Amino acid sequence: MSLQIIKAGILDSIQDLGRYGFQHVGINPGGAMDKYAAQSANALLGNDLTSPVIEIHFPSSEILFKKQTIICLTGADFSAYINNLPLPLAQPVVVNKKTLLKFKKKISGARCYLAVLHQPDLVKWLNSYSTNMLACSGGFKGRAFKRNDTINFMNHPEIHYLKGDQPFKILSWKATTSCNFFKTIRFLKGNEWDWLAKESKEIFESARFKITGNSNRMGYRLEGDKIDIKDQQQLISSPVTFGTVQLLPEGQLIILMADHQTTGGYPRIAHVISADLPLLAQADAGDIINFKEVDQVLAEHLFLEQQRDLQQIQTASKFKMEALHAMRY
Amino acid sequence: MNAEVSFSVIGDNGILIDFGNTIDDALNRRVFDLFKQIKQKKNSFIIDVIPAYSSIAIFYDLKNVRSKNADAVSCFENVKLQLQELVKEEMSITVSSIRKIKIPVCYAEKFALDIKEISVKKSISIDEIINIHTSKFYRVYMIGFLPGFPYMGEVDDKIAMPRKSLPRITVPAGSVGIAGKQTGIYPITSPGGWQIIGRTPFNLFDKEKDQPVLLYPGDEIEFYSITENEFTNY
Repeated sequence: MSLQIIKAGILDSIQDLGRYGFQHVGINPGGAMDKYAAQSANALLGNDLTSPVIEIHFPSSEILFKKQTIICLTGADFSAYINNLPLPLAQPVVVNKKTLLKFKKKISGARCYLAVLHQPDLVKWLNSYSTNMLACSGGFKGRAFKRNDTINFMNHPEIHYLKGDQPFKILSWKATTSCNFFKTIRFLKGNEWDWLAKESKEIFESARFKITGNSNRMGYRLEGDKIDIKDQQQLISSPVTFGTVQLLPEGQLIILMADHQTTGGYPRIAHVISADLPLLAQADAGDIINFKEVDQVLAEHLFLEQQRDLQQIQTASKFKMEALHAMRY
Repeated sequence: MNAEVSFSVIGDNGILIDFGNTIDDALNRRVFDLFKQIKQKKNSFIIDVIPAYSSIAIFYDLKNVRSKNADAVSCFENVKLQLQELVKEEMSITVSSIRKIKIPVCYAEKFALDIKEISVKKSISIDEIINIHTSKFYRVYMIGFLPGFPYMGEVDDKIAMPRKSLPRITVPAGSVGIAGKQTGIYPITSPGGWQIIGRTPFNLFDKEKDQPVLLYPGDEIEFYSITENEFTNY
């Protein structure tokens, strides 16, 4: 036994970068909401970027480490503690056996990611570790964590960096974390953009929208000025994706998030660019966002730049991790 | 190439090819042809494809496309060019390659939660509803909404019914329903608004299998009626 859930949070689950290749049979990709944070947690440990992580919401689980390992937390700041001492974000930490990780307070963001050096002993479902709660498949038993769930570690020798009672040791390297309170979300026009009345296009591009409490891993409901379509048209069921902004019949918007359905029947007026999905994934009920149009070339460039950064962090961290192991043995 | 075919973005890593906003057998066959061709090509940069009624979305790996085409203006333009070639080809699937599947349905009232209401509203006997529903092959136009949920059509006008105004909180797995001129089957227990006229003992979604869903876009389905006893012992 290596890691145990002592107290269950509201929605903590195993995720990776998603399950692709099955959308034609209605199985959505799912995966981490903030894929940048999920990848950077793995990158900082020198892990493969596609390794599974634990996605943590607040109130969060309390997690007991039964073996010594190295962890990294990224994404939301939920004020993480081990034995009453604070843990940093985006910086690897060696944790001793019999230490308890707790999250005390929601400070910023909506989702925190925990990566572990020792890969959890889990089985992929359809090529992915992501938890699909609708299909009760993937991740840990196809569901969110419950009290006493235990995950074993594999693929790595036991480590003994910490002696005696020292609860943890923060390692020397880290990545920068950014905190954005007012969120500008960049978008590409959707297929039904031109169904909007001129004034509605202006509202979409200039007004502020509030993320309502009716928001979850499937989608965010927004509240703002009413948006109208020119003449009452109906869309037949059509493909949608993570970040698709749909216009609901009453004139309000919904942004589809990681656990979206594969098809939908509401006009797709915009698509949030991949590079800004992490920003959106860290937005919370009550947060205010606005939309800004960009073009395809910039959207691609921004995403590829993020991927390059992650790759660099991963390469550098892997090197540091190897040096650490070499020093000890 | 059809002049009405449009190519647009669906997110910054997807292309939407739209043949028109209508439910039309011929358009759906074009979507299906294109879907088959894309699958056959096995391009490594294509990560997912969603065929729908009259449009299809193709998602690609930006890193993969960019690494192979350093000079392309955008990955989108590059993938679009390749897909335009495929749309031109207009391959037609031979009839013999279409899978035909018979699906048993028990139309007994304990499963057919809405059949009485349809019977009253459409002034048609329950037996007639069953006869009409089992009288033809339905095409799986697309899979969506839930893992393995087939959108099939078209049902006869005599039994066509709009969705329920208040969706049920729980529709049991296997429930066979009608929504407008479409018929469908719930692969897993879920909330839903389709008018339920029966239940199949077939398992449309089994997570343990390598191919976890039973039905695929392009399949043709024929329903046949079974008794409650047959359902129980299936």
